[in-house]
Amino acid sequence: MTRVAAGILIVLLAFPGQAEAPKFKIERGEACVAPVAEMRRDHMKMLFHQRDRTMREGIRATRFSLKGCVDCHASTKTGSVLGEEGFCSSCHAYASVKIDCFECHTPLRQAGVASRP
Amino acid sequence: MASAVQYREIEGRSGGFYLLLIVLGTFIAAGLGAAWAMEHQGHVITGMTNRIVWGTPHVFAVFLIVAASGALNVASVASVFGRELYKPLARLSGLLAVALLAGGLAVLVLDLGRPDRLIVAMTHYNFKSIFAWNIFLYTGFFAVVALYLWTMFERRMNGYTARAGVLAFLWRLVLTTGTGSIFGFLVAREPYDSALLAPLFIVMSFAFGTAAFVLVLMAACRWSGRPLGDELLARLGNLLGIFVAAVLYFVAVHRLTNLYVARQLEFERFLLVDGGLYTALFWIGQVLVGGIVPLVLVFAVRSRAALAAAAGCVIAGGFAQLYVIIIGGQAFPQQIFPGKDVSSSFFDGVVASYAPSLPEVALGMGGVGLALALTVVGLKVLPFLPTKA
Amino acid sequence: MNPERRHLLGLAAAAVLAPGLRLVELAQARSPEEAASALRRWGLLIDVEKCSDCDACVTACHEENGVTGHGRPATDAQWIRKASLRDRATGHVQTMPLMCQHCEHPPCVDVCPTGASFKRADGIVLVDKHTCIGCRYCVMACPFGARSFIHEPVTGQKPDVPRGKGTVESCTLCVHRVDRGQIPACAEACSQAMVFGDLNDSSSEIHRRLKSEPSTQLRADLALNTGVRYQHL
Repeated sequence: MTRVAAGILIVLLAFPGQAEAPKFKIERGEACVAPVAEMRRDHMKMLFHQRDRTMREGIRATRFSLKGCVDCHASTKTGSVLGEEGFCSSCHAYASVKIDCFECHTPLRQAGVASRP
Repeated sequence: MASAVQYREIEGRSGGFYLLLIVLGTFIAAGLGAAWAMEHQGHVITGMTNRIVWGTPHVFAVFLIVAASGALNVASVASVFGRELYKPLARLSGLLAVALLAGGLAVLVLDLGRPDRLIVAMTHYNFKSIFAWNIFLYTGFFAVVALYLWTMFERRMNGYTARAGVLAFLWRLVLTTGTGSIFGFLVAREPYDSALLAPLFIVMSFAFGTAAFVLVLMAACRWSGRPLGDELLARLGNLLGIFVAAVLYFVAVHRLTNLYVARQLEFERFLLVDGGLYTALFWIGQVLVGGIVPLVLVFAVRSRAALAAAAGCVIAGGFAQLYVIIIGGQAFPQQIFPGKDVSSSFFDGVVASYAPSLPEVALGMGGVGLALALTVVGLKVLPFLPTKA
Repeated sequence: MNPERRHLLGLAAAAVLAPGLRLVELAQARSPEEAASALRRWGLLIDVEKCSDCDACVTACHEENGVTGHGRPATDAQWIRKASLRDRATGHVQTMPLMCQHCEHPPCVDVCPTGASFKRADGIVLVDKHTCIGCRYCVMACPFGARSFIHEPVTGQKPDVPRGKGTVESCTLCVHRVDRGQIPACAEACSQAMVFGDLNDSSSEIHRRLKSEPSTQLRADLALNTGVRYQHL
């Protein structure tokens, strides 16, 4: 009985759901604020650190602002970093990690705002 | 030499047992469903507003938490004050305390605007906030009572029961003081802002906890066919009566002192005379049903049925009291401009309207269901109940 | 000149020059990379006599901060509101705007379990929505009913003003504008009754007016030392 169950389990696990890599477009800018490997690995650490500096101390460096990230990475089609071809959502959907930022922050690119602290 | 007390699990195989679990499970499911809806759609689906931010779930949660602290009282009387008669009930007392607290905390956490941030709440502390202290007091209570129960269950640790009992007793005094101080520390609101709220909550915990314990004990013994002695019940009834009287005393002192203070007169008039529902709940719910009727039942009538009815009345009166404290206290407008009538788009200067909504009641009842389900399952899984009491 | 006298003259010179140096420091707008400084204390002065029956401040604030209503006044957020007061004894009527008072000793900061409600070095009281768990204890604690809990999902937020369901918010003194060297939207909309400025800067209009004319704090009995002051209340 257990062997049958194990067999079924192995067969089921051999067919994972969505196995393709996330699709996203980087449509603007030559380079991000840090090297790609570092961003992939550490972008959350950077975000956590910067948000406390901005919130608690009032340091609003434009280089690391969330507005700056959105301005560069938002899709030219939808104007958002979420949704279809959304830069943030495509990787996060693949990795199955819920994004909390945009419960409060707007995911939309806004004209002329990113350069302003 | 008296024979040693025997404890045994309840059988828990009858149709009635499973029916009970199904009913409690339904309440729990409804509570979870309400929490899910509130989390997804926001608190707009409840009756809570920007004037009444703590509503029916908080009435339930605070009742359960206060009763949890008091439910441990029977064990304390046995271990700390050495009353042999109550020793067989100490295990059940500990179980009920933990179960009631779990139910209350579940309601509180699920009502948060961001319950997904519980980890944040447990890793970021502002120690000037009594809430932050309460997080430690509540979770520590589980650990302390678990330790206390262990000294009772493990024969080699029986020698330490008294010491564990003292720790648990002191812990729950601090915990209940902390719960009362949540309101007592609100300097800006006339209904609160009083050092009296901490000791009031202590005596409330004695009353509510003993009432809950009496009802659970009577039901558990009746439904598992175990005898329950008259003398024990009479003594529990006396305890209940004393605690109810103590609550009435503290309420009276609070009201009389406020009546002496000109600045508090407007609130007292609202509470005692023209607060509509809140006045009715105060006099009829809290004072009559929660105070005078139980005193008569316990000290004049003195039967088993009277004790059960008294316990039920104390619980009903307790809910009324917490509704008046929590919701009535918010409904009364904040006195920002003394001597002036105020009106604004944010409902300044008027008594805020509020009615309990279905999601709130479901969430609160879910907490009750969880507390009772944990008790029932505990009784089945481990020998908490003596074979005769 | 003996060393002691030289030392004393040096101290005297520093005492005279130091306020001037501070004035220069304060007069320059803060650059974005700099942290908020405790040398400043931002405040608002409202002349109730000049406050008319309009609600330009409310409209400006809610427009600037993206505070949109859903037609449900009991649960919609309000960062600022006009309160109408009628004296019970004399019948005298006034209106005035009421918002977060940015206290020096904020009860909301004291009660927040996670420290999300906090006071910035320059006196602005804010909610860090990253750590707010939505327990609403600060709403209970605020003497002025200044805080709102967000009861519904929010969309279309302004990029400078993040707002989200399940957290608590209140007037930020338009911190995003102040940090850029601008003034809050309400003060800009109503220059007749509202003055914004640095309470610590003796050359600022707000400081001069507070020094020359009497003013009151709301709930002065609580000794909160509010950053918002009222005249002719």
